[in-house]
Amino acid sequence: MPEWEPVIGLEIHVQLKTRTKMFCGCENVSGESENTRTCPVCLAHPGTLPVPNKQAIEWTVKLGVALGCEIASRALFHRKNYFYPDLPKGYQISQYDIPLCAGGKFVVPGPDGDRKIGIVRAHLEEDAAKTIHVGGSGGRIAGAEYSLVDFNRGGTPLVEIVSEPDVHSADEARRFLQLLRQTVVELGISDAEMEKGSLRCDANVSVREAGETDFRTKTELKNMNSFKFVADGIEAEIRRQVEIYEAGGEVVQETLHFDPGSGTIAPLRSKEEAHDYRYFPEPDLVPVEPSVEMIAAAMDDIGELPAARIRRLETEVGFDLAEGLVSSGRDRLYERVSGDRRAVANVVMNQLAATGVDPEAVNGTELAKLIAERERIPRAAFTEALERSGDPGFSADDYLGETAISDASELDPVIDKVLAENQAQVETFRAGKEGVLGFLVGQVMKETGGKADARVVNERLREKISS
Amino acid sequence: MIDTLRLTAEQAAGLLESGELSGDELAGTYVEAIGERDPELHAYLHVVGEPGNGVPIALKDNITTRGVPTTAGSRILEGYVPVFDSTVATRVKEAGLPLIGKTNLDEFAMGSSTENSAYGPSRNPWDPERVPGGSSGGTAAAVAGGLAPWGLGSDTGGSIKQPASLCGLVGLRPTYGTVSRYGIVAFASSLDQVGPITKTVRDCARLYATIAGRDACDSTTVELPEAVAVPDAEDLKGIRIGIPKELNEAEGIEPGVSAAVAKAIELAESLGAEVGECRLPRSVDYGLACYYLVAPAEASSNLARYDGVRYGFRAAGDGDLTALYSRTRWEGFGPEPRRRILIGTYALSAGYYDAFYGQAQKVRTVIAQEHAAAFEDYDLLLSPTSPTVAFKVGDKAENPLAMYLSDLLTIPSNMAGLPGLSIPCGLSEGLPVGLQILGPQFSENLMFRAGHALEQAIAFDFVPERLRA
Ligand SMILES: [Zn+2]
Repeated sequence: MPEWEPVIGLEIHVQLKTRTKMFCGCENVSGESENTRTCPVCLAHPGTLPVPNKQAIEWTVKLGVALGCEIASRALFHRKNYFYPDLPKGYQISQYDIPLCAGGKFVVPGPDGDRKIGIVRAHLEEDAAKTIHVGGSGGRIAGAEYSLVDFNRGGTPLVEIVSEPDVHSADEARRFLQLLRQTVVELGISDAEMEKGSLRCDANVSVREAGETDFRTKTELKNMNSFKFVADGIEAEIRRQVEIYEAGGEVVQETLHFDPGSGTIAPLRSKEEAHDYRYFPEPDLVPVEPSVEMIAAAMDDIGELPAARIRRLETEVGFDLAEGLVSSGRDRLYERVSGDRRAVANVVMNQLAATGVDPEAVNGTELAKLIAERERIPRAAFTEALERSGDPGFSADDYLGETAISDASELDPVIDKVLAENQAQVETFRAGKEGVLGFLVGQVMKETGGKADARVVNERLREKISS
Repeated sequence: MIDTLRLTAEQAAGLLESGELSGDELAGTYVEAIGERDPELHAYLHVVGEPGNGVPIALKDNITTRGVPTTAGSRILEGYVPVFDSTVATRVKEAGLPLIGKTNLDEFAMGSSTENSAYGPSRNPWDPERVPGGSSGGTAAAVAGGLAPWGLGSDTGGSIKQPASLCGLVGLRPTYGTVSRYGIVAFASSLDQVGPITKTVRDCARLYATIAGRDACDSTTVELPEAVAVPDAEDLKGIRIGIPKELNEAEGIEPGVSAAVAKAIELAESLGAEVGECRLPRSVDYGLACYYLVAPAEASSNLARYDGVRYGFRAAGDGDLTALYSRTRWEGFGPEPRRRILIGTYALSAGYYDAFYGQAQKVRTVIAQEHAAAFEDYDLLLSPTSPTVAFKVGDKAENPLAMYLSDLLTIPSNMAGLPGLSIPCGLSEGLPVGLQILGPQFSENLMFRAGHALEQAIAFDFVPERLRA
């Protein structure tokens, strides 16, 4: 069997959170009642004209700079023509041969070093409206009884980012996407929430035998609305293509839909099929000429990028924790908390994350105190303190007064009971798998309502099992 | 008793200012005249007869007016009542000019006779057997027929200059970008411009001053480099006038038209202008072909919004989305928009774009350069506006190519984004002949000055002979 190399390119759409829409003055918000954020322009009444949103242009330039792109000195808007009810003008104002940003590189740190993903382009366009198909199957237009259109979303500024086919695994795709999301969020230009559709990702997937230089036929995987689904979908598509080739078949170029429920992939019938978009320069708009000042301001405005921070934190806490902290945005809190780096990273990424407390609301000094003393106080007290750590006026001292049960005479009966009830685990430990000790500690904690001193419990357990 | 056939907008303003007449009386007089003559001329699609204190105005029915139907002469916009005003309608309102009504036009401004209107053709006040020109033929017929003191049209390939010429009026196609297109039902975005159709050059300058200037709602507009000056000089001293050979000797120019224009050129010389010959060979050779790629291409996209989903006409019947689209568009559009949508769609198609639309854009640059070169030696250029005088209703309706040639002389400078003024310069076979005055970008003031001086010297009577008291 040959070894197969996946070749993946991503197409990512990011909705910008500007105050108003891309080409009209309508408020750019989601979640409002249908068709309440519309005007003659975004409903394409006869004679209306687009006026570009300056903020959207500035933010696209900022994103382009962050992606290491060349910023066009004279970018053009084009019309992309096709008929669909979600497109009231019958064309989408987009960019074609001269986008605002082109030719970038995005660094994605990995456990085995940096991966540089080429950015073909990042361009600005307007989002389509939302169609709702009623009746028929699966919300598709085919077979629907009738369709409704909500134009609130129509005309939202949208940046499309197209990567080179530089991604070579589903995991790498997920990591790239997560880091890109974090970058966009930190630039303050989008909420970039996949679940809400303000970040959307399509993937072009092909596979080839290791060593081949030409690309084979690619398929386009659409509508994956979480990081996990992106990874699962790509994984499933890679498997599907490999199976086809190994059975002597050929992959057909088509647009596919990944169903995360069943894990299956099916062809997607949609408006995107075999279209001639008849692109031509939008005559209602003049070329966009980002000034040197605008580009300089964008550069000044960009802080240390997530990729660089991962590399910096990796030396302190290792790659996995560093990546986790940065791509969840929890590294800002991590940096505000002094103390043992790994301990802080662990608490911030695990126990604190589990509480759902907003890391930005946490007082770093108080959290540092809490972490320093975490083994001395009852686990229940520690957990409770973490839960309260985002409250205004939170003080670690309120919890540090509580002491854990460290008296062996008090703990021994509980430990004996746990050992008696978990003979199998005791044997496992004796066989050399010491990891099971954590389970036994946990059981003792449970029995004592989290009040036992973990260090003492550890010691006593070891002594008793070995004796 | 006011003679609306003879009253200029300037005179009307004078009557209002002196208090000899109230605004309501004036508006009422026009409504009366409409009742009398519009059944024959069919200049209006909707009569509004708004009361007010200013000089009333007629607007072409592709100019969006809030609360007043705006059909663009098409069935597909039947029953459409806009919820907003176009910028020019707003400016006209702010200047206190009440709306008399909305005038007829070729469907979506595509045509040169108003015969392409879904609501029937307008008639030329000089001879109701003949067309008033187009596409702004309704406005021209209204002004020449005394049914409005002045009005606005729109010009893509010649739709202001040509009907002004055929009806013995003054028409200005302004420099592209000086008048807002916001609220003008789009035909070809890179060419459409709104402009005045009036009885005198002074009226034209006044109305242009009202509507021109940058508009935040239209990104392609610019601030005027200088304020509009209402002309009063009566000489042409110091003005260099070029006579482009190709625009004056093109095939199809009627001898009577040539003769009237030649006389005007002589007059220009006698008024002190320096006159010389110049050349625009490629502009005239390729202008028309280039126009009939660019304009339909843009139209094919601009007219995509008429799909029966949100407003206007929707065809009855069952079926899926595609059926709704195709039936609505087939029944809603007349033959000329259909023809241009097909040509334009073809010109933009993958594999044809470079050969057609792309090539046409390059030719457009050549045309602009050729004109720029001519304006290095001359301040203004003169030629006939239309190769012919008004033709009979039905004469060209069945032959689109013959109809397209009506704009042969107006299209080249339009492709270059340049302004053009048409003024009447005499009669041929009893029908008005138009003189086209072309200038570089933003030269409206100079064109007004020259137009006014020539107008005084020519002393053309703009009241149609058959209607003179
Ligand atoms: Zn809007």
